[in-house]
Amino acid sequence: MFPEISLHILDIAENSIKAGATRIEIEVLRRTAERKLTVAVQDNGCGMDAEQLAGCTDPFFTSRTTRRVGLGIPFLKASAECTGGSFFIDSQKGRGTQIRAEYVTDHIDCIPLGDIGATVYSLILMNEAIGFFYRYGVDERQFTLDTDEMRALLGDVPFASREVAAFIREYLEENQKETDQEEIL
Amino acid sequence: MKSLEELKAIRERMQGQVEFRAENSDQIRVVVGMATCGIASGARPVLTTLAEEVQKRDLKNVTVTQTGCIGLCQYEPIVEVLEGGKDKITYIKMTPEKAVEVLEQHLVRGQVVEKYTLNETRL
Repeated sequence: MFPEISLHILDIAENSIKAGATRIEIEVLRRTAERKLTVAVQDNGCGMDAEQLAGCTDPFFTSRTTRRVGLGIPFLKASAECTGGSFFIDSQKGRGTQIRAEYVTDHIDCIPLGDIGATVYSLILMNEAIGFFYRYGVDERQFTLDTDEMRALLGDVPFASREVAAFIREYLEENQKETDQEEIL
Repeated sequence: MKSLEELKAIRERMQGQVEFRAENSDQIRVVVGMATCGIASGARPVLTTLAEEVQKRDLKNVTVTQTGCIGLCQYEPIVEVLEGGKDKITYIKMTPEKAVEVLEQHLVRGQVVEKYTLNETRL
């Protein structure tokens, strides 16, 4: 099991990368009054057929016909469901996969979100050819990051160059703080 | 809120000074295992630390990349160093601190940090 929800998101997004996705959308939405945290990952990768889809939440599903099957999905499902939350997965062969997990945040077994900024940062930096869309929301406040927009503004300056990488880190950190409405100087 | 508009200024500053990395034999590839096993054992801080240190020190001949599970899950986080004409070095049970040591000793000075390698570990 993972100690942070953000590590589950990284792990699920790694599945999308292995599935050959060119666009990956990640959403983290907190509804404080309902004490719910929803995380979602959607990709346009190779997807799964009905049999793989049915088996992928079973940790003992041992098909070696695809590398998309492993412990990552059962882990996420268990970590959301053990808080009284829910798990949803849908996939279509050749179209992509979408996964959504809902956590009940005041349940004693609910793990913290953790460093979601580090998850998004490392995904963007390590996968410059993949388009990432990220949305982080708390109640009615939110911010987004779209790497296609970044690419358009940057031309051929790589994301992994020092200044751009530092900008991505700060952008994620500062905007999350403001969305969380913690006090900033 | 911070805006993406700042990237325009970064682009202008960097215009002309962006060198495309030549993929030659001097290039060192640092590969971090980022499958479920790697992530669960702490690969994310190892990866971000390596990427940030490489940027900070401006090591143009070093590329940090990621890979899936290499089948040694009990030794994760694993970092492999691949350099043209040399044997692959596999570092096991890495932490951000050990990764900085490997970066300074191996990637900068060319000295393999034997004590963290798979070869040094009795399996």
